[in-house]
Amino acid sequence: MEKEIKTALVTGGGRGIGKAITLKLAEDGYNVVINYSKSSKDADDTVLEAKKLGVDAYAVKCDISDYKEVEKMIDNIIEKFGHIDVVVNNAGITKDNLILRMSEEDWDNVIDINLKGTFNVIKFVSKYMIKRRKGKIINISSVVGIVGNVGQVNYASSKAGIIGLTKSLAKELASRGITVNAVAPGFIETDMTKILSDSVKSTMINSIPLKRAGKPQDIANVVSFLASNASDYITGQVINVDGGMVM
Amino acid sequence: MEFEKIRDIIVEQLGVDPEEVTMESSFIDDLGADSLDIVELIMALEEEFDVEIPDEDAEKIKTVGDVVEYLKNLEK
Repeated sequence: MEKEIKTALVTGGGRGIGKAITLKLAEDGYNVVINYSKSSKDADDTVLEAKKLGVDAYAVKCDISDYKEVEKMIDNIIEKFGHIDVVVNNAGITKDNLILRMSEEDWDNVIDINLKGTFNVIKFVSKYMIKRRKGKIINISSVVGIVGNVGQVNYASSKAGIIGLTKSLAKELASRGITVNAVAPGFIETDMTKILSDSVKSTMINSIPLKRAGKPQDIANVVSFLASNASDYITGQVINVDGGMVM
Repeated sequence: MEFEKIRDIIVEQLGVDPEEVTMESSFIDDLGADSLDIVELIMALEEEFDVEIPDEDAEKIKTVGDVVEYLKNLEK
């Protein structure tokens, strides 16, 4: 019998940390589905790169904050690949501002995409995973969700929310052979952090014991481990990947 | 609403022997179901019989007989 090829869905999988995760999982031999909302070119490029690694890959446009759209996306993936073995809830945005300047819209957008988006995807994927009695759910949080950060009450709340969600879901689904874990990146070189001023960057790097920013690959390596059978006895955990920034 | 059809769904969902499923069997005490099993079972029944079972009704379902009775009442 031919060995079944596993399928992984990575939300926001066309750019930054998401892209590194997608390509790492493709390298590990998973068929990958890249979800994106706006950057179709990035998603398409990532599909091509993944295919070069010898797996099947495709991109699906979906605003994960939209409950109904997510339901359609998941059904579509099930139709195409028959199952989803690994889900990486990575898609996220920032809309930083000090509380006095933060609009209701800034708050809502960040919570809707980062936190509710994660809920939406899990809601529809878990049904299929429960039936199969296996699955790996990996949520990308942030060290900011643990220690907070000036100008990020919305982002930090969404990322702290993801930690609570991860732990609760881990308890709910453990009896069905499904593990749920979170990865909390620290300061990682991506478009999201590129916009920070040099002085902010050097202050942050000075606060990191390893004295350097992380790379998307550093996150992808941990996700790869959490997606594999090597992590079967780990659930409900938050793994910081931050050069020692938060201990 | 035939008992056999419902029994088959219960057998499939809970992985029990058909002989174990009687009208009196309690899902939790006799058939070893947990709360998630019951939610899954309710969802399977909803799909099979094309009905919607609200949470407040689902909470009252404890035995196989409760399911048969509930679905019978829906048919009326």
